[in-house]
Amino acid sequence: MGRKLLFEHITKPGIQGLEGYRANGGYRSVEKALKTMSPEAVVEEVKKSGLRGRGGAGFPTGMKWSFLAKPPGVPRHIVCNADESEPGTFKDRYLMERIPHLLVEGMITSGFALGAESGYIYIRGEYFYVHRILERAIAEAYAAGWLGKNILGSGFDFDLHMHIGAGAYICGEETALLESLEGKRGNPRIKPPFPAVKGLYDRPTVVNNVETIAAVVPIVNDGGEEYAKIGVGKSTGTKLISAGGNIKRPGVYEIELGITCDEFLNSDEYCGGIEGRALKAVVPGGSSVPIIPGELFLKTAAGETRLMTYESLSDGGFATGSMLGSGGFYAYNDAQCIVRSTWNHARFYHHESCGQCSPCREGTGWMEKLLHRIENGHGHMEDIDLLWDIQRRIEGNTICPLGDAAAWPVASAIRHFRDEFEYHVKYPTKVKDPDHFAKEPFKRELKASYA
Amino acid sequence: MAKVTIDNIEIEVPDGTTILQAARMIGERNKADRHVVPPTMCYYSKLKTSGGYCRTCIVKVTKGSEKDPRPMPKPVASCRTNVMDGMVVENTINADLIESRKSVTEFLLINHPLDCPICDQAGECHLQDLSYENGKEASRYQFERRTFDPIDIGETIKLHMTRCILCYRCVKVAEQITDGRVHGVINRGDVSEISTYIQEAIDNDFSGNVIDVCPVGALTDKTFRFASRVWFTQPLDAHRDCPKCSGKTVLWMKGEEVLRVTGRKDQWGEVEEFICNTCRFETKDKAAWTIEGPRKIDRHSVISQGHYERKLQQKLLDKAAPDAPSIEPFNIADR
Repeated sequence: MGRKLLFEHITKPGIQGLEGYRANGGYRSVEKALKTMSPEAVVEEVKKSGLRGRGGAGFPTGMKWSFLAKPPGVPRHIVCNADESEPGTFKDRYLMERIPHLLVEGMITSGFALGAESGYIYIRGEYFYVHRILERAIAEAYAAGWLGKNILGSGFDFDLHMHIGAGAYICGEETALLESLEGKRGNPRIKPPFPAVKGLYDRPTVVNNVETIAAVVPIVNDGGEEYAKIGVGKSTGTKLISAGGNIKRPGVYEIELGITCDEFLNSDEYCGGIEGRALKAVVPGGSSVPIIPGELFLKTAAGETRLMTYESLSDGGFATGSMLGSGGFYAYNDAQCIVRSTWNHARFYHHESCGQCSPCREGTGWMEKLLHRIENGHGHMEDIDLLWDIQRRIEGNTICPLGDAAAWPVASAIRHFRDEFEYHVKYPTKVKDPDHFAKEPFKRELKASYA
Repeated sequence: MAKVTIDNIEIEVPDGTTILQAARMIGERNKADRHVVPPTMCYYSKLKTSGGYCRTCIVKVTKGSEKDPRPMPKPVASCRTNVMDGMVVENTINADLIESRKSVTEFLLINHPLDCPICDQAGECHLQDLSYENGKEASRYQFERRTFDPIDIGETIKLHMTRCILCYRCVKVAEQITDGRVHGVINRGDVSEISTYIQEAIDNDFSGNVIDVCPVGALTDKTFRFASRVWFTQPLDAHRDCPKCSGKTVLWMKGEEVLRVTGRKDQWGEVEEFICNTCRFETKDKAAWTIEGPRKIDRHSVISQGHYERKLQQKLLDKAAPDAPSIEPFNIADR
């Protein structure tokens, strides 16, 4: 059994309420930080812990916090990004639903460390019932004096507000989130200036994922060095993975970073192996990270065992690797069609593009139409090269990373499964049936290679 | 001051200048270097926070600055990136960047109707210029284009959303020049559109400027619609005493008739001063204006193809001194 830091008490009765949470050691980090530590000391502990942003990019949290501008007289804000809209990712929902006070506690401790005047939790519109759970938790915390003026007599004031989004993927991008929080159209801002200098209402702001903020609690409780003992290299601590797809035991798992991919996929503690058929492909970190064939997920191109860490999963770059991303893990068995899945992803990104900059606005729709055509047996061989060209010109040419997120799944699918695209063009009558590979699994004729 | 090198040409510019402005300074210093200036569709120097959306002005920064010489990993929008001392920028000498710009042009054109033969903007359209200079020979797009119905957004302005490239310039004009913005962008992705709030009309003294800033034919002047192709009209600089604006305009003449009035556009296709609706839509009588002389159209050469400048000067000369020799024929190399 791996160590659990966030989910340690998640099955205890009454953990959703303040009483049950306190009984299991809740709000210890607030007491410790406010009574015995200085804000700088908390930031120092987070730096020592090596905690990296859990939202997808994996940027070191301590470093992000130390970039926060501190002009005198200007209030600062901390914003929690609970707009968890990456397809395949549902870890934050589980955390907020089951143990809402952990997030509230993390917000108070982080707010203290950053000297923030107020905190905001921006939650996606689809999580309305979670919003109510959190609202209740915040009301309980206010009533018990954990929030509001002069918390624990330390002179630290902190207000926590909830904000509900309207269901846009793009509002998970931090600057679009801030625009939306200000009541404007959720378009990403052009950077620089970064939010650490000019964020919410033009004030210095830190935006962190739910899991990142929750992880601050065990870091403060046990010390950053203790946290850094878990994990391998620069990937420290535990990570929540939401596993789905053709696996025997889908669900949200807290893993110690550094376990092998084979253990995660096949052990009964976690996914429990592939349902029925053979493993075909894996998306290790949410829909926007590159899809990789099963054999490359278990072993790197150099033949080393792959580990569930930021570094190991991206070993080999995009040619043979992928990313840990936000932890939205899903696996495909050989009955699944990669072209269909890629089309599904492209359709999502087309629907969710904000329309601000032209490569993403026009390119995502074009890719979706081409993939729809190939999947339904009307494609041409040139379409595959055209798709490659379009994704290459979207990637890196847009304002925000959504352009890259839209391009990578298409690029990796063509890179690793080009023969499957060609199969769709060659045998249009066979692919008319939506379940075409369930009856007759796809056999690779030759190893696909595309530079 | 910061020293910046664009396509191997060095220039010293004040701190806080953007890469695009530095490139334009190079172009203004020496006309032979005009090719280093990136094309722009959404940036407008007179409008704050404009730019960054169309991605046609992207450039590659191969050296960040003297202090931090690391190159920038992705191409950057030159209109929104400030120069640093010692920065080295590649524009037309970077083959991959040229390919990227061609692709951006292709992206802008895949849903553009290409109805130039019936579009009032043809001849002075920035998208025509862009696709002529940076476009591919043919489009690879084989699907139905996105279309919208044209809508009236006021007495004098027509909106053809189908032609729009979502540059946000007209939104910024409404926000910064006029009092009270009633139009904006609704919806998202490739179905987002410029629209007014529930069919409200745009009605204020400076609303006509949205026509001038529109790089394509999405916003057109209803008093000029289908009156003439722009290259059959002759632009004259003129002014009048106007209580609302500077009154400095360009009259677009056909014979003695004023077909339309616009602001004066500089060599980058941007108006020098915004003008009011009274000048633009209501003063179409030549007698109300003081004529200054032919307007030099620097950028949109198709208008110059009618050799209007020489003809107009000849006409003025004929009146003043009928015996004087003819003016030298128009020479394209001067441009």
